[in-house]
Amino acid sequence: MNMPPVLAVDNLSTCFDTEQGTLKAVDEVSFQLDAGETLGIVGESGCGKTVLSLSIMRLVPTPPGRYVSGRINLGGVDLLSLPEKEMRKVRGKDISMIFQEPMTSLNPVFRIGAQISETIRLHQGLNRAESHQKAIEMLRLVGIDVPEKRINDYPHQLSGGMRQRIMIAIALACNPQLMLADEPTTALDVTIQAQILALIKELKRDMGTSVILITHDLGVIAENAQQVAIMYAGKFVEYADVKDLFSHPLHPYTEGLLHSIPRIEGYYNRNKRLPMLPGGVPDLSRLPEGCSFNDRCPYVMPICRAEEPALVGKNSPKRYVRCWKYQ
Amino acid sequence: MYVAGSINRMTSPLLTVHELHKAFPLQGGLFASSKERCLAVQNVSLTLHAGETLGIVGESGCGKTTLARMIAHIERPTTGEIRYKGQNIFKYDKKQLKAYRRKTQFIFQDPYASLNPRLTAGEIIGEPFIIHRRNLAQDIDTKPESIMKMVGLSKDQERRYPHEFSGGQRQRIGIARAIALRPEIIIADEPVSALDVSVQAQILNLMKDLQDEFKLTYIFISHDMGVIRFISDRIAVMYRGSIVEMASNQELFENPQHPYTRTLLAAVPQFE
Repeated sequence: MNMPPVLAVDNLSTCFDTEQGTLKAVDEVSFQLDAGETLGIVGESGCGKTVLSLSIMRLVPTPPGRYVSGRINLGGVDLLSLPEKEMRKVRGKDISMIFQEPMTSLNPVFRIGAQISETIRLHQGLNRAESHQKAIEMLRLVGIDVPEKRINDYPHQLSGGMRQRIMIAIALACNPQLMLADEPTTALDVTIQAQILALIKELKRDMGTSVILITHDLGVIAENAQQVAIMYAGKFVEYADVKDLFSHPLHPYTEGLLHSIPRIEGYYNRNKRLPMLPGGVPDLSRLPEGCSFNDRCPYVMPICRAEEPALVGKNSPKRYVRCWKYQ
Repeated sequence: MYVAGSINRMTSPLLTVHELHKAFPLQGGLFASSKERCLAVQNVSLTLHAGETLGIVGESGCGKTTLARMIAHIERPTTGEIRYKGQNIFKYDKKQLKAYRRKTQFIFQDPYASLNPRLTAGEIIGEPFIIHRRNLAQDIDTKPESIMKMVGLSKDQERRYPHEFSGGQRQRIGIARAIALRPEIIIADEPVSALDVSVQAQILNLMKDLQDEFKLTYIFISHDMGVIRFISDRIAVMYRGSIVEMASNQELFENPQHPYTRTLLAAVPQFE
């Protein structure tokens, strides 16, 4: 396939000016996303994954935020240089987003029908009756029973899983090229999570939408993404095909994360302990010199404390790692 | 050293929950009739043996927290009883209740909301001693600083306030407070669900280490099947207020009987 990628992010850095100085929440991130592909972005709290997704939507509040460098190329247009008026046409139409907490992202005083048809009217220029019809169609598509009736419900009348279905209906109403899903199932029960992830997968296949799936849950990534980026302290530390990542994690952080998750397979032994990474996620204002992971890394070498490693290609063309072990 | 499976079932259980029901009146408007009720816990019976970890797993709203709160004597059941060493805890007088509260401690889910922001870490850990009028200095092991060391915090952190700690460290403070009075039973309600994976592993290991050291009995509530598998000797699966399956760890994961247990297991995303 020689199709140009749907999204190409090149050397993106997003900073925040704070009392502790300038913090790089997203630090020189680059990646490409092909049509119909799902990229998983994994990291623990504060690693910059949400700021990265907000940056792509250009929703980082400026100030205190600042896009320091980079290009975000969506279908040949650099989003970072678009005037705000043009950017508003892109949001919800070409790129849409679903958030973690479906209750806070829906407006409690409007019926869900109005919230779905708002997007449709705004971006597709349909009239009231047509957009109402399209909203019912979208509800049916995301698996809501009796959509003609449900369309008049308020968000509080729906369960968490149903609300997330509504968010997906709004996100996909304009058939976007790219959907950003930021922890879409974290607030949901496992059985509902499975339903929502299956729904995203199915709609993605039918509509050919590319997805960026942001999560802290590696299990969710294993079942839903083709490519995975592991983020730590604002940087991509590893980028790989999902199968390679799980069978041969390269970065010590990836390896540590994978091992520290309690699995349901295997056997039970009361004396068993989980392999663990010492310490916690670093504070961006107090990052160690050199590699940001050096104070937690079991393989730390003198050079790790002195110099920052680069993200280098490893073995296959789509595999990158940022670690002195592989330079 | 504790050997797996060596819990002596022949000895009488430490705690028995017998046909417990809890109904909450459904709040309507001001003049709504209070006849409508929500059955949060329905006919739950279980036993807890000294030294074991009983995992309680279920999805939100299944009644696991209500059950835990009744065991901790925070909530009273509508009917049914809980017996601790043979005595019904809801028939305790004030003095007995205070003694029971010392023997059962609670670890909460949200390490941000469950610590008083105006107290230092040392004061939080020392508070149980004041409430229960225990002499702090009577032996070296019960000083807040040695308790802090047991949970992996350093002495100089004693004077810091909760907001100066990370989520994982706050949960360590919550654990320190819970073990301070050397309880027998610790009820942990989703203690790791607000934590990052790497920190979650540290806290789970710490809880196992403390259990070995102090012969603790755990009631461990979680919605995460992986966490439940790692920590529990026996597991109760709750669904809509009832226990639908109760089995040993091995049995439950290798041969789940109830369709709901199977659904739960099938919904867990798998690694390749």
